[in-house]
Amino acid sequence: MALQEHAIKEIKEIVDQYKNEPTPLMMILSAVQTKFGYIPMEAQELISEETGLSVAEIYGVVTFYSFFSLKPKGKYIIGVCLGTACYVKNSQQVIDKFQTLLGIKPGETTPDGMFTIDALRCIGACALAPAVRVNDKVYPQVRVEDVEKIIDDCERMEAAKNEKGN
Amino acid sequence: MKKVTNPEMLMVANATFKKRLDAKFFSTNGKRAIVICGGTGCLSSDSVAIKERFEKVLKDRNLDGLISVNMVGCFGFCSQGPFVKVYPEDTLYRKVKVSDVETIVEEDFINHGIVDNLLYVDPQTHQKITKMDDINFYKKQKRIALYGCSVIDPENIEEAIGYGAFQALNRALHMDRQEVINEILESGLRGRGGGGFPTGRKWQFAYNQESDEKYVVCNGDEGDPGAFMDRSILEGNPLSVIEGMMIAGYAIGAKQGYFYVRAEYPIAVNRLNIAIKQAKELGLLGDNILGTDFSFDVHLRLGAGAFVCGEETALLNSIEGQRGMPRPRPPFPAVKGLWGKPTIVNNVETLACVPYIIREGVKEFTKYGTEKSKGTKVFALGGKVNNVGLVEIPMGTTVRELIYDIAGGIPNGKKFKALQTGGPSGGCLTEEHLDTPIDFDNLVALGSMMGSGGAIVMDEDNCMVDVAKFYMEFICDESCGKCTPCRIGTKRILEILTKITNGEGELSDLDRLEELADVTKNGSLCALGQTAANPITSTMNRFRDEYVAHIVDKTCPAHVCKNLIQYYVDETMCKKCSKCARNCPVNCITGVPGKEPYKINSSVCVRCGTCLSACPFHAIKKK
Repeated sequence: MALQEHAIKEIKEIVDQYKNEPTPLMMILSAVQTKFGYIPMEAQELISEETGLSVAEIYGVVTFYSFFSLKPKGKYIIGVCLGTACYVKNSQQVIDKFQTLLGIKPGETTPDGMFTIDALRCIGACALAPAVRVNDKVYPQVRVEDVEKIIDDCERMEAAKNEKGN
Repeated sequence: MKKVTNPEMLMVANATFKKRLDAKFFSTNGKRAIVICGGTGCLSSDSVAIKERFEKVLKDRNLDGLISVNMVGCFGFCSQGPFVKVYPEDTLYRKVKVSDVETIVEEDFINHGIVDNLLYVDPQTHQKITKMDDINFYKKQKRIALYGCSVIDPENIEEAIGYGAFQALNRALHMDRQEVINEILESGLRGRGGGGFPTGRKWQFAYNQESDEKYVVCNGDEGDPGAFMDRSILEGNPLSVIEGMMIAGYAIGAKQGYFYVRAEYPIAVNRLNIAIKQAKELGLLGDNILGTDFSFDVHLRLGAGAFVCGEETALLNSIEGQRGMPRPRPPFPAVKGLWGKPTIVNNVETLACVPYIIREGVKEFTKYGTEKSKGTKVFALGGKVNNVGLVEIPMGTTVRELIYDIAGGIPNGKKFKALQTGGPSGGCLTEEHLDTPIDFDNLVALGSMMGSGGAIVMDEDNCMVDVAKFYMEFICDESCGKCTPCRIGTKRILEILTKITNGEGELSDLDRLEELADVTKNGSLCALGQTAANPITSTMNRFRDEYVAHIVDKTCPAHVCKNLIQYYVDETMCKKCSKCARNCPVNCITGVPGKEPYKINSSVCVRCGTCLSACPFHAIKKK
């Protein structure tokens, strides 16, 4: 799928913004990831043209870092922390429950594009273990029983947003 | 505000802002002050809403001119947050909710009393404690790296200056560069990021290099699961780290500094950005700092979720826009680092100690610590302890003091099993090591390491084979793939551990684990691979009986490994309510409501644990 006009313009602007940095690839990719939620092949090709770096090199970097994604993510990214402090307080069971309820595995997105489950490596919220982060909100001390409520929360938020939009 | 362009102006600024801080803490202007914790933990427990509520309620009651509302960095005692502290009385309220705000205003500010039910209660004596310094958690702490955290507003450079920021830099700029390095050498400061390499020696190497350009890099890629001290320092007093970096820059002859911070730490990144911006505006970063010929500029780079980038050479590759794979050493970064120029890479906590040493003097630093590990270390206490949070303790504090005095012991009357330090590169200490003084060398001698300071406490309910497997999954995932022994070795180790926890292990697997651990350790380029097997060897040495139980008896003594446990109903406790059976997803629980106690058919049971959490009478047990 070809990139849309506005996307091409925005990516070019991002590349341009960092043109005075000695080695800007990571910064460009972070900005594109934040802006679009993923870095498709077409975007990598465009970055290649703009920077003169090979697509192979860019693809190598994109696939190395877990923050960069080749596929779009869901509207609600459910990050379950599996850092040590959370793990010893049963976060594995929490992520298992999300998987059962949403029918997807960590790293996957539901077919309707609503949810992505991410297994996170320590978000530094160890005192709140086990912690679950949905987009920017952190849910502290999540028990298996709370999982359903978190999903409901997201659905309610989405419904409210749609209503507002209409 | 005017630029601060010479030492005299810095002194004036310091005096002015110190007066303002004193007004806040000691009410010298007749006003009282509220400070609210703005660390990541408390922020996710609504501390911003608490702040806004205070502002509104005080305004509604016309008290806003008499009481100021401030946000500060992490208090450390995260499990009791959010915290609200009231000056000048120094009253500390904990676990404050938005709905408590009116009560505090009413009872404390208007009636001059204390809100009793928001005070910390000592779990042992059951006494209510009003002041922070009287709480056991804080008693044995000494704040050097965390200097200023939870005291000053991290987004306000004026408060930082009033609290001593840039005094150390000013002193350093009037010393010979070698003298600065000598002081750091003399202080015995060792790298707080894990390895414990003497910081002064690193600086000396870079100083000795002839080069047109040199760099200082601050490693803020705090990836160890269970460690969040660097985040709290950056959130609580970012200028202390910037100042440490500038002193390092002056000492080695660098003009550029790079921060590399995890993208997972948005608040830390934001506050660091604010601090850099404010310092630039005041002319404290840029050209001819404080009227000298020293110029320094700071840049910020974000990580992108790769644990290996905490390794210094992988980090440099990442800044250079490449895959974060380590480089062979030598040449060390001090000789050939960022873009091929001499570079020192220091951890956040290390750099935060530097201004303290230069400002307060070497002796003030070395009076804490052991013979070979001077000063303090920040630990992120987590896992099965009553007081979860961040603590800065003098090196040499014993494991017992850390777990029982500071962390308040193990909750629910459970038994202490192990203290894991050093994250995925470290190992476990057990009951027999409780009286070991914690320092770099003691931990290494016991098969663990200091690491960045994650300290996770495990109790009898944690399975050590499962914990080893957890770390191996992490390492296997995060191995960059450059060295075969690390890439393949960790995978094979994980497979064997999975086999053991599934109840399919053989005794010969233990020998294979040892062999693989040895190969991975000796055949890897960087510390990630070299230490990858530490959690395995450490748990195998200390908890061999648990491995044997999984392999020979096919049981998991801690009842964690799914395939090795059975759920059953304790008939004496079963009230025949049928709740377990109704919740069971595979219908393997049978009984007659009100008449016959329930039974679990183990051959059908999928060990999901739903019945265990559903039973209101705790009649479901594991064996």
